[in-house]
Amino acid sequence: MKAHRKKKLITILSSLVLLSTAVGLLLYAIGDYADAFYEPSRVVNGDAPLNKTIRVGGLVTTGSVKRAKDSLYVEFDITDNQEVITITFDKSLPDLFREGQGIMAEGKLVDSKTLKATKVLAKHDEKYMPPEIAETLKKSHKDGVKKMEQQGEKQKGSY
Amino acid sequence: MANSSMSSWRWFHQLGSPKWFYQKSAKWLPWLWAITTMLLAFGLYYSLYASPVDYQQGNSVRIMYIHVPAAALSMVGYLSMAVCAVIGLVWKMKMSFMAMRAIAPIGALFTLITLFTGSLWGLPTWGTWWEWDARMTSELVLLFLYLGFIALHSSFSDRNKADRSAAILAIVGAINVPIIYGSVKWWNTLHQAYSVTKKGAIAPEMQTPLFIMIGAFYLLFAIMVIVRLRLEIINREAKSKWLQAEITL
Repeated sequence: MKAHRKKKLITILSSLVLLSTAVGLLLYAIGDYADAFYEPSRVVNGDAPLNKTIRVGGLVTTGSVKRAKDSLYVEFDITDNQEVITITFDKSLPDLFREGQGIMAEGKLVDSKTLKATKVLAKHDEKYMPPEIAETLKKSHKDGVKKMEQQGEKQKGSY
Repeated sequence: MANSSMSSWRWFHQLGSPKWFYQKSAKWLPWLWAITTMLLAFGLYYSLYASPVDYQQGNSVRIMYIHVPAAALSMVGYLSMAVCAVIGLVWKMKMSFMAMRAIAPIGALFTLITLFTGSLWGLPTWGTWWEWDARMTSELVLLFLYLGFIALHSSFSDRNKADRSAAILAIVGAINVPIIYGSVKWWNTLHQAYSVTKKGAIAPEMQTPLFIMIGAFYLLFAIMVIVRLRLEIINREAKSKWLQAEITL
């Protein structure tokens, strides 16, 4: 490569390195501020402000959904597998809202463990599969759990 | 040894010749069109009709087969623009600058398709067509970078200045591409995490049509760039004898 080209290439590449470092540091400084939502553990830790519109996200805890009989009002828990917070909501939930699935809720914290939501969005995971396979997976998971439980009982019995 | 290194660089010099590219690409295009049309037709049939529905999203999962390929090309397009910019600046290769300029509006179009199909997909699945999360915001920034590149390039009356200034924007803006890609990993987002590159995330009967569509979109992108590059050559080489001979023939 000719000397002046080499010089130019080095200039471009080194400015790219500098620029990436600068942007990298910037992104590092932004850190959690670029998050779309707070996880339940950060809410419980007190990182999220009270009485200010914020967003929280997590998995809907299985069995926690309580619906009112005469209105759309609903209460459910979300978790990040560390802490649990309760969401209250009085509008209709998105179609993909399900127990065990991720959601994102926007609203104000009433206390450090309860959020009064004005908007609930479903967050779907990165898995895509036909319903039959999902059914089979669910079934084989259940069977597996059952088998383990049976084995556990057998082991207990043999003691 | 000198000979072998020369022959390995021959394609590079050939690609650098507008005349060689203009004549050769005329022969490539019909083949490319034929392959792309077939692949796209098959891919559309497979993905929009013959593939299964999703266990949660039902039929709206089919938007993925347009959204994901368009998103891939929106990023690959910008990176190739940046590579063209570096080659153009270092080796002063005018074909490289022409290619860079040819890519910009096509990349912008694919970015627009990505944002549009993403909104269409978001409404039934998430319950919103837009959220300012890191993934969506950085993809929107990509659109602005493409538009900024086009605006900057057309704001100069001197072509050399236009090429060089826009090339710098293309290189600087390339920083955004890894940010788009990493956004779903570095921050929590409404947008789901990687699935195309993650093993076992997509069922095989959905992965196959997705890969076919990604292949078809790559070809479609290539065709559009070649066609625009030919126009760019006509535009810039209008005074050269070979082109006048080519066009009057």
